Amino acid sequence: MSVHDATTKAALPAEAKNQFLHDAAEHVRDIDHRSFVRKALGGYYVTRDSQKAKYRDWEHARDAAALAKWSAVNRLDELLPLFVTNFEAGGGIVHFARDAQEARTIIVDLVRASNAKAIIKSKCMTTEEIHLNDALEKEGYVVVESDLGEFIQQLRGEPPYHFVFPCMHVRRGEISDLFQKHLGTEPTQSPEELTMIARRYMRQLYVDADVGITGANFLVAETGQISITENEGNARLTAALPRVHIALSGIEKVVASLADLAVLLPMLATAGTGQPMTCYNTLYSGPQKNDEPDGPREMHLVLLDNARTAILADPEQRDSLHCIRCGACLNVCPIFKNVGGFTYGTTYQGPIGSVITPHLRGLSDWNHLSSASSLCGACTDACPVRIDIHHHLLHNRRNAVRASPKRLEHIGHQLFAFVAARPWLFAAGGKLFRWSLGFLKKIRPPLLRQWLETRDLPPAPPKSFRQLWKERS
Amino acid sequence: MQIDLFIPCFVDQMTPGVGLAVTRVLERLGHTVEFRPAQTCCGQPSFNSGYWDEARSVAIRALDVFEGAQAVVGPSGSCVAMMRVFYPQLLAGTPHETRALDLASKTFEFSEFLVEKLGVTDVGARFPHSVTYHDGCHGLRELRIQQAPRQLLRAVKDLELIECDEAESCCGFGGLFSVKFPMISTAMAEVKGGSLARTECEYIVSSDPTCQLQLDGWFSKKKMKPRTIHLAEVLAGGDA
Repeated sequence: MSVHDATTKAALPAEAKNQFLHDAAEHVRDIDHRSFVRKALGGYYVTRDSQKAKYRDWEHARDAAALAKWSAVNRLDELLPLFVTNFEAGGGIVHFARDAQEARTIIVDLVRASNAKAIIKSKCMTTEEIHLNDALEKEGYVVVESDLGEFIQQLRGEPPYHFVFPCMHVRRGEISDLFQKHLGTEPTQSPEELTMIARRYMRQLYVDADVGITGANFLVAETGQISITENEGNARLTAALPRVHIALSGIEKVVASLADLAVLLPMLATAGTGQPMTCYNTLYSGPQKNDEPDGPREMHLVLLDNARTAILADPEQRDSLHCIRCGACLNVCPIFKNVGGFTYGTTYQGPIGSVITPHLRGLSDWNHLSSASSLCGACTDACPVRIDIHHHLLHNRRNAVRASPKRLEHIGHQLFAFVAARPWLFAAGGKLFRWSLGFLKKIRPPLLRQWLETRDLPPAPPKSFRQLWKERS
Repeated sequence: MQIDLFIPCFVDQMTPGVGLAVTRVLERLGHTVEFRPAQTCCGQPSFNSGYWDEARSVAIRALDVFEGAQAVVGPSGSCVAMMRVFYPQLLAGTPHETRALDLASKTFEFSEFLVEKLGVTDVGARFPHSVTYHDGCHGLRELRIQQAPRQLLRAVKDLELIECDEAESCCGFGGLFSVKFPMISTAMAEVKGGSLARTECEYIVSSDPTCQLQLDGWFSKKKMKPRTIHLAEVLAGGDA
């Protein structure tokens, strides 16, 4: 079972952008797929809104959640060491990884040292970010995803379509066929039966696995605990049954205290899935203690930087480290809904992905994601921790121009500023534009052509407002 | 009250009737309306494309043009958002920051100016048609204008206002986005335009002429019936 790694398909500069344009054009033609995803999200809007209505004041709760993350991120230098001290006091071992390569090496070495044969994994986008499964499989290990959605994607040989709903684009019948093919089960249309098939298949794997790999939603500094949120109970089994538990987390997941979870856990659930709370919220405090009957004998936590300290150093975009990966911004994004999750070609899809991917993989290759937005701002309104998402798309655009302005485009904007500074020239240019618009529509120069392919353009009026105003007075 | 018109470049060149309609409504309410012909564009195309140096020079010029104005009113949520929200960011830390904040504090989108500043909802208009309202994203989310245009429409004689099921969805215009990513922009027009058309209203009322360009362009290409109209044109009409 090898996960097809679509996230590394862009190898050359400009290739990522061309692939995006190609995939977006292809995807928007797939009306069935687009309406299927819209319909799925329609159900989410209803449950999300009814949960939001149960808050005394959702906007105030957003302030509280944003403040909890803001103060933690701005005190990371103090809280991260505090967390590490407290976590290690509980018997866990911390490993620091500067980048994806270091994190992969650390985890592969840990797995090797444990003489593992089988590995079970629960849902963790950070492992996707570092392409962990590929690295482990290359070393000959079998890794099984235990989250149902991730398991389906693993069988399909696809990366997650959406970082919270990995297989939201897959129809029930397709899942039935997939299970029939890979697991030899009878076809069924019942979601409950499909879940039971995966569950029955998975049970023995938990028992047989030597290593369980999980992520982390929050790292609680005051107690040294790892908080994991899930709906299927698979993460608990993944963390508890194998001999060795390895958790991977970005350093930005630290929060100061358990009290912060009182606001963050319900908000993560409501914003992410429209639930009051997810079904399972567990705090992990270390490996099995002497007086405890069960639990892993070893517990390791790999703390990943991978550009997070660079984002921390940027006061403008620092708040993107607040992200709790709820996926709310994807769910409301008209770009995501129309181009689909795979088109992004990134680990993190949607608006927040468009903001942070340039930091993770380079602005010059990934700025097109920041440009591919109408800046409608639905993402920013949906964000439970108040990340200024759509304005960061503007910041990325500006930074990309600063780093390497495109010559022709730059001249265009200089010309525009020159004309805008001279009302007579501006009026003359406008007149020339109106006068020649009919002709331009015939010869269809670039940009106008892109417009006219799918939209008409009205004829220009004979007179501008400034002319009419002059005649009026 | 002395009111200075802020006529976005698109309105100046392509939909001058919107500017005249704004003038008509404000004058009917007894205000003095001025147009400073030195104004050109707010600079948003450069700003949104990442060319902030160029946008900054355009913005500083706009500060000069509107120097001393009491109130600046424009018929576009998007262009007003540029002045009110983005000029202060663009000019933060420059000698022009205070002037940018000053202009921001007295620049208003047409519908919010009527309702929030003048305290008027009934401008004495009549429009015997069914309409639906399209929220432009900049007006909705940068300026937080949602109720003002609806209050104004509800007060129009013989007008029926019907909401669509995608009221808060973007039409997909997004300035240069519409031609740099035409396939995504058009897909968004399909979603929003489809929802607006399902109301079976005669008119789609908007406070953003460039949203109108996008929606009308798509409807016309699809040979669909509904057409957009600017809120000012609805309010300017009638038998008052």
